[in-house]
Amino acid sequence: MDLLIVNLFIFVLAAFVGFEVISKVPPTLHTPLMSGANAISGITIVGALLVASHTGCVITCHLGFIAIIFATINVVGGFMVTDRMLEMFKKKEDK
Amino acid sequence: MNPLVPYFLADFVPTLIHLSYLLASVLFILGVKRLSSPATARSGNRLAALGMLIGVAVTLFDREIISFQYIIAGILIGAVIGAVLARKVKMTSMPELVSMFNGFGGIASALVASGEYFRIAPAVFATHELTALAVSLLVGTMTFTGSLVAFAKLRGIIGGAPVVYPGYKVVNTLVLVAFLVFTTLFFLDPANMGLYLVLAGIALLIGLLLVLPIGGADMPVVISLLNSLTGLAAASTGFVLNNHLLIVSGTLVGAAGLILTLIMCKAMNRPLFNVLFGSFGGNGVDADLPGTPDGKTVKEVTASDLAVMAAYARRVVIVPGYGLAVAQAQHAVREVADMLEARKVDVRYGIHPVAGRMPGHMNVLLAEANVPYPQLFDMDDINKELPKTDLVLVIGANDVVNPDARLNTSSPIYGMPILNVDQAQNVVIFKRSMNTGYAGIDNQLFYADNSYLFFGDAKKSLEMLQESLKEL
Repeated sequence: MDLLIVNLFIFVLAAFVGFEVISKVPPTLHTPLMSGANAISGITIVGALLVASHTGCVITCHLGFIAIIFATINVVGGFMVTDRMLEMFKKKEDK
Repeated sequence: MNPLVPYFLADFVPTLIHLSYLLASVLFILGVKRLSSPATARSGNRLAALGMLIGVAVTLFDREIISFQYIIAGILIGAVIGAVLARKVKMTSMPELVSMFNGFGGIASALVASGEYFRIAPAVFATHELTALAVSLLVGTMTFTGSLVAFAKLRGIIGGAPVVYPGYKVVNTLVLVAFLVFTTLFFLDPANMGLYLVLAGIALLIGLLLVLPIGGADMPVVISLLNSLTGLAAASTGFVLNNHLLIVSGTLVGAAGLILTLIMCKAMNRPLFNVLFGSFGGNGVDADLPGTPDGKTVKEVTASDLAVMAAYARRVVIVPGYGLAVAQAQHAVREVADMLEARKVDVRYGIHPVAGRMPGHMNVLLAEANVPYPQLFDMDDINKELPKTDLVLVIGANDVVNPDARLNTSSPIYGMPILNVDQAQNVVIFKRSMNTGYAGIDNQLFYADNSYLFFGDAKKSLEMLQESLKEL
């Protein structure tokens, strides 16, 4: 039960931090915000790694393997495409 | 025993992993914080990527990880696919890519939670573990199918119009009831893997049924909401695994998506419930609806007349909409703007929050065409300037400039915040034909005394305008 309470504390506090920080993102950057958020939600890869490598695997490690693929696509694709977009936002054109 | 960890370090590794997770969480938050300005945004994204790298790297030292073949193979496959997608995607297709990523994030979380379930079952679960598990499964899975539908709609694989059939509300209600019944049964008999699979099937169906009836032009809301749900699914999986890094990052993403959802709803002046269950609007592009109503006339303008109007204006405001993305006209717009700026015209862009198919869609397109971001103005900022503007060019936008939203209390879009382009000296609307916008309603702006229409494909029209400007 203690673990659950700690988790809930973290969840609620993170929600407040999230709202505070993200409400300051200007509309111009909303698309990169979303693709960046995609990348961050790929954090589930950490869970996938843990699940994929258990001993005595029957179903679990196969599910974990597929999860690793999907999550890695999100992480790598998300950060890369966000970087590609943000590179284009310039104050003045420099040629 | 993890083969990467020497036995004498085994006692310290769990603490080190937790501290590294804390560091990764901090990097995510700092990364998002730096998105508050285009000048610092890129470094912010890299900070977040560093956080992710740390999070993944230290997890490999976890004592539960004993073999690496699945991990290496999975990461390699995923990284190649992700990198190719990120490099190849066109900026006009960003809504599709983000939809796809939403779906992948959702299903990954659902798979992780399911993996944990099949590992532990048929052992006993506490109620809060079951709750977290059910949330991960439902939210992750419905996000997956919902996002695939959104992707298909954006891509044009299925029509953008709401897919409704007689009695669809009854079907939806039945599915919802089935979900509640099976969830209850599952809580009573958590070791029953069959019930778990049925729940997964129902969750797949819910995603489909939720997004199919939503029109293409409501996609900014749908994508934002699905984005939020992927975060929620990840956070909930964090509860399943008792992993704090997942909880913090998932919640961060959930908050981001929720804020965007609310901004989009506010910009459409419609509550979320109405967007999700209202089956409002069609495709937004060339709905076959009546042309010019009787007794009203529109004035057309030629490229050469428009060139004169624009070249001798002091300030020109460009209002882009989804039509600009469809016509891939962002570069043509920028070239026109360059020619006007060379003539000392003050050129700005006024961007409505729901212009395009996802939040910030127009801004990214214009940035791609090398429009400097200080020229991109939000609705509230540009509205202050419009009465002092000589000429507005509306390109591929319709409902977001419809003055009925301000003036006509009986209009379906009454109350929606709009760009008040009718307050400028002159307005030129680039349109393919006299069709209505996605809301399917007439736009009084077209008949106003200071309005002119320029018919044709946006890109071709802009190229004609460039030619005429050269001849001046």
